[in-house]
Amino acid sequence: MTEATGGIEMEEDTSGKVKKFLYVNRKAPYGTIYALESLEVVLIAAAFDQDVSLAFLDDGVYQVVKGQHTKGIDVKNFSPTYRALEGYDIEKLYVEKESMEARGLKESDFIVPMKIIGAQEMADLMLSQDVVLSF
Amino acid sequence: MLHTVNKSPTERNALDSCLKHLTKGAAVLLIEDGVYGALKGTSTTKSVEQALKSHPIYALYPDIEARGMQDRVIDGIKLVDYNGFVDLVAEHASVQAWL
Repeated sequence: MTEATGGIEMEEDTSGKVKKFLYVNRKAPYGTIYALESLEVVLIAAAFDQDVSLAFLDDGVYQVVKGQHTKGIDVKNFSPTYRALEGYDIEKLYVEKESMEARGLKESDFIVPMKIIGAQEMADLMLSQDVVLSF
Repeated sequence: MLHTVNKSPTERNALDSCLKHLTKGAAVLLIEDGVYGALKGTSTTKSVEQALKSHPIYALYPDIEARGMQDRVIDGIKLVDYNGFVDLVAEHASVQAWL
């Protein structure tokens, strides 16, 4: 494993070793490019058949809120893409409860079914990973 | 004075600082990620509602809608489009941006 490649083995023979990857999303969409960049990397990495989880906390929970209409700001609405992740076998999506509640959001406000977990559980999830990528 | 805020109140303290510096006749316009400051039921709602008692607060609707927040705006916050943004700038003698 090399640090530079974020733990992805670059040789052809990877001996089928599957690693646990967590994408940590903490930024609101549209105001900065982080949310879109994270999604791009997730989709690229999906080709490597790893064990992928996505975490949404702090302002990151805003990324997965329903009802986004971006025509008025002339920016691509990438929120429907979260619904397509299932097709890439990316099905572990977590929202931190504390972050959700501080923003007046509830489970039914999200564009896809999310696993709602507390901060302690989130910390454990982070600890259990081989690679954590932050956006 | 028209104050604009373009940062989320749960990411930076721009809104908080802006509200602390409002003087008589000042108005606030929330744009970009700043529109998260216009929402009901959040950890920052109370301070915005307090400011609303003495100052007009506006939010840019295209930014609200982009973020899916159209049904969550605090009562009393006025929604404006880009033309309304221009009008607000023209109506006030100066603009201060809280980045």
